[in-house]
Amino acid sequence: MPAPLPNESSSQLTLRNVTKRFNGRAGLVTAVEDINLQVKEGEFLVLVGPSGCGKSTLLSLLAGLEQVDEGSIKLDGADVVEPGRDRLVMFQQDALFPWLDALENVLFGLRLKPGLTDAERTEAARYYLDLVGLADKERAHPHELSGGMRQRVALARSLAPNPRVLLMDEPFSALDALTRDQLYGDIQKIFTQRKKTIVLVTHNIREAVCLGDRVVLLSPNPGRVRQVFNIDLPRPRRINDPALATLAADITTALSAHLAETKEGLG
Amino acid sequence: MKTPRALVPIVIGLLILGGWEWFVRSGRVDDVLVPAPTQIGEWFWSALRDGSLASATWVTMRRLMLGFVIGAAIGIPVGALCARSSLARDTIGILSLGLQTLPSVCWVPVAIIAFGQNEAAVLFVVVMGTVWAVVIAVQESVLSVQPLYLRAAMTMGSRGWHLWTHVIFPAALPGIISGLKQGWAFAWRSLMAAEIFVVILSGFGLGSLLHAGRELLRMDQVVGVMLVVVGVGLLADLIFFSPIERWLRRSRGLER
Repeated sequence: MPAPLPNESSSQLTLRNVTKRFNGRAGLVTAVEDINLQVKEGEFLVLVGPSGCGKSTLLSLLAGLEQVDEGSIKLDGADVVEPGRDRLVMFQQDALFPWLDALENVLFGLRLKPGLTDAERTEAARYYLDLVGLADKERAHPHELSGGMRQRVALARSLAPNPRVLLMDEPFSALDALTRDQLYGDIQKIFTQRKKTIVLVTHNIREAVCLGDRVVLLSPNPGRVRQVFNIDLPRPRRINDPALATLAADITTALSAHLAETKEGLG
Repeated sequence: MKTPRALVPIVIGLLILGGWEWFVRSGRVDDVLVPAPTQIGEWFWSALRDGSLASATWVTMRRLMLGFVIGAAIGIPVGALCARSSLARDTIGILSLGLQTLPSVCWVPVAIIAFGQNEAAVLFVVVMGTVWAVVIAVQESVLSVQPLYLRAAMTMGSRGWHLWTHVIFPAALPGIISGLKQGWAFAWRSLMAAEIFVVILSGFGLGSLLHAGRELLRMDQVVGVMLVVVGVGLLADLIFFSPIERWLRRSRGLER
């Protein structure tokens, strides 16, 4: 019987005064400024905001693919300075390797994790393919799978090495509505079963309310934390739930107010 | 009823050969200048029977294989280095781009002066014909590997050698294979040039056979050897490169 790897000790992700700048065509651009956040063990945190608010930059910083200019990011007290197995990423495009089949794609990260036998790795990979409902597709190559299935394999691939934190960079934005609704269900099921710490970036506020324990609203130019909303709706949540829609509308109103404010400030 | 696809080129080919045969036999042209297909066939048959064609083909193929393998063995790591370091790209990369445009027959005088009329000279010309095309192709295909693959692999803990062997190389493989195919074509051309221009005392290849045909005014031999040269090139593509390329495209969903 396939089984997942056991959870390691508790994790905590801390961002303190995080600032990141880029050299753009118009000179130095501040992507995010003075971000302070704490993500608790087993929490589902969602970063929302309009484009240009630095939410993807923030995720790259958490992943260690970019380095902070000021401030610090710590996971369990240790500085995040490079990409690592403890923080796996699900990208906007699935980023599956086209030369490997579904099982081999899921095994990619597992093979790089030391201290496991090949049998344990295969078992873990099968467990997660089964969890995302693709147990019968393990020999299929990415091009033989639909967009939704590919994103499911990518989810299995990021979960299989059992990272401390799962980082998701708008993984649902390229999918059709029906597939997306199914994946919302899958993610919530996995989140409740496996108690993962998850940070999701999205521009879809309804999606944020549907998935998050906490929703962090970012505003652009430069990216700053505007407001934090606690979402206390019971799980599993349905995207069409009226209570959820009301909450999403509140956040949208808050966002519009902030945007209007910023414009006035600029004008 | 549907006509099998292979039938069309066969029928048309036979018609052309038949017309050619009739044209030569009718005495309108001198068969010393334009030999009939049957005359070429006769030469082919006699060269097969006395073993000269087989031994010349073997000598040529051995040189080609050796030169190609050496050229690829140098070209692949150097191309990878050029993709990785901008210093290498600005020096070796630009040099390769320049030398790739140099017709490989231009290496023949250099080779003869440096090595004399021997195997080393032929090998040098073939390697020079192969290596630059391979360097450029490997450099370009490694540089065009999607950054997303690298980011994904790095978050999963892949670095250095593992990243090269498990991500960069497989991702760049289609480009590398077409670079090798191009390198092979250049090697083949440069080898023929070398064998025709240089009387190599250490072995009698297809090019030498072609050259001997000219000396003896044997047009049937000249055309016959040319057909063998075409056949070898076609065969290499059909049994080696095309299947690999087709498999690569199919397994990545670029072709059904």
